[in-house]
Amino acid sequence: MDTEAAINKLTEKFSSDTVKVVLQKEKRAIVTIRPIAILAISEYLYKMEGYRFIIASALHTRRGFEIYYHFSFDADGSILSLHVILDKEKPHIESLSNMFSASNWIEREMHELFGIDFLHHPNQEKLLSEGNWADDVYPYRKEFK
Amino acid sequence: MSRKTLIPIGPYHPLQEEPELFKLYCDGEIVTDIKWETGYNHRGIEKLSESKSYDQVFFLVERICGICSTSHPFAFANAVEEIVGVEITDRAKYIRSIIGELERIHSHLLWVGLAGHFLGYNTVFMWAWKYREPVLDLFEMITGNRNSYAMFKVGGVRRDIENIKIPAIRKEMAVMRKKLDLLTGAVMDDPVIHARTKGVGILTRQDIVDYGAVGPTARASGIDIDVRRDDPYAAYSMVNWKVITAQEGDVFAKAEVRLLEMYESASIIEQCVDALEKMKEGDIALKINEIPEGIGTGRAEAPRGEVFHFVVSDGSNSPARHKIRAPSYTNIATFKKSCIGQTIADATISLAAVDPCYCCTERMAAAYDNSSGRKILNANELIALSMKRTSELRKSGAGHE
Repeated sequence: MDTEAAINKLTEKFSSDTVKVVLQKEKRAIVTIRPIAILAISEYLYKMEGYRFIIASALHTRRGFEIYYHFSFDADGSILSLHVILDKEKPHIESLSNMFSASNWIEREMHELFGIDFLHHPNQEKLLSEGNWADDVYPYRKEFK
Repeated sequence: MSRKTLIPIGPYHPLQEEPELFKLYCDGEIVTDIKWETGYNHRGIEKLSESKSYDQVFFLVERICGICSTSHPFAFANAVEEIVGVEITDRAKYIRSIIGELERIHSHLLWVGLAGHFLGYNTVFMWAWKYREPVLDLFEMITGNRNSYAMFKVGGVRRDIENIKIPAIRKEMAVMRKKLDLLTGAVMDDPVIHARTKGVGILTRQDIVDYGAVGPTARASGIDIDVRRDDPYAAYSMVNWKVITAQEGDVFAKAEVRLLEMYESASIIEQCVDALEKMKEGDIALKINEIPEGIGTGRAEAPRGEVFHFVVSDGSNSPARHKIRAPSYTNIATFKKSCIGQTIADATISLAAVDPCYCCTERMAAAYDNSSGRKILNANELIALSMKRTSELRKSGAGHE
């Protein structure tokens, strides 16, 4: 199955939750989804389709906090990134770590560096700066004028 | 009533060259739980990258790890070239693959040596590190550096591998195969190594899928993934090679995968230099004037597994966001599965089995004589000596310069 067909299948199944689809090039796609659907769509990719979770990357932009969840489909080498845009003031999203352990560390890291809250995370402690950094101060946040 | 004992390994410990704290909770001799503290080495590289130009980021990411110092520039170049939408020249592709595979050989040899050392089998340590040395000499001949080669840039590579240098590479690969035969035979047939590594630190297929582990760690558990084949970059789709897997998931299987992978690397290098020889020299880089706005994902198969770089460009001279995922990030988390239930003595080799990235390659500033304590050379003299050696290597290896 090529990337385009896989994306069509996904958007058909979750038509009300997908906001935008960008096919970067062959084998690279970014699908913007509603944050509320992250658990359902990740479960579909991981359990039903056999995708592997690579990593998530958060960024702070004028739109608010954004997270890209990168999934790899190793059978054809494609990368599918789920993109969510979170609230500016109180960013939060459901944790994926109860489904697979691969996201455990990165969610802790994003919580620590960006202050994004991962709901129902099994253990949302600091990963990198335990005891060395003030609480509620997030080093990777930006200030926009 | 049983009593739980805490055995700390780290933050600074002879077993590991990098600071990291592992807390083994033990009941008698059996490890019942493991916790760790990371972050002793956090250098804020992702944030730093946002303040550097794209050219400078290559030098920065090269310094994430001294052992696999090419895999990060490799993945970063793939990510940025995806944003630009450019395809590099074939010669640059072959050169990139040669550097990547030479690095795999020296990194795997380093691991085999360290694994022997952790088992108390120092002969393997001495052998493997001795065999690794000529690979570093090749690097010095090709790039001028034993480590941190500074070979990559957006659109190609910085230096060519001139045809005159190829015989030296070919000769070393032929010698390397003989050394590998010896080392592989010694490791695979040794009853002591069997006793210490078979059935130890087992990771099942489900563990690998759950933790998203990559590289030889995943391949030793029967998960057939390799970015070089699955999502080909550089010259990997233009040469013949195969992905090595094993089924058992124990420490021995991981050693087996790494040892056999080195033969594949040697074969890839030989095919690449054959191809280089037939091409015109000098066609190694495209001129890239600006990086447009966009998002790029790049990955590369490092010796330890998939390296992933995510770059967001806002059209300026530096990345707006640069996320880096090294393979050890997912592999280290599997300790929770591989160490629990083992004895303390086996836990150390189970920790080492995923080849956690020990990135210390500190260079000396002065050399002292052990017996008299007298200073023999100062820093400048050492640098002069090193430069002299590099030029000699280049002369003897290839008659160049």
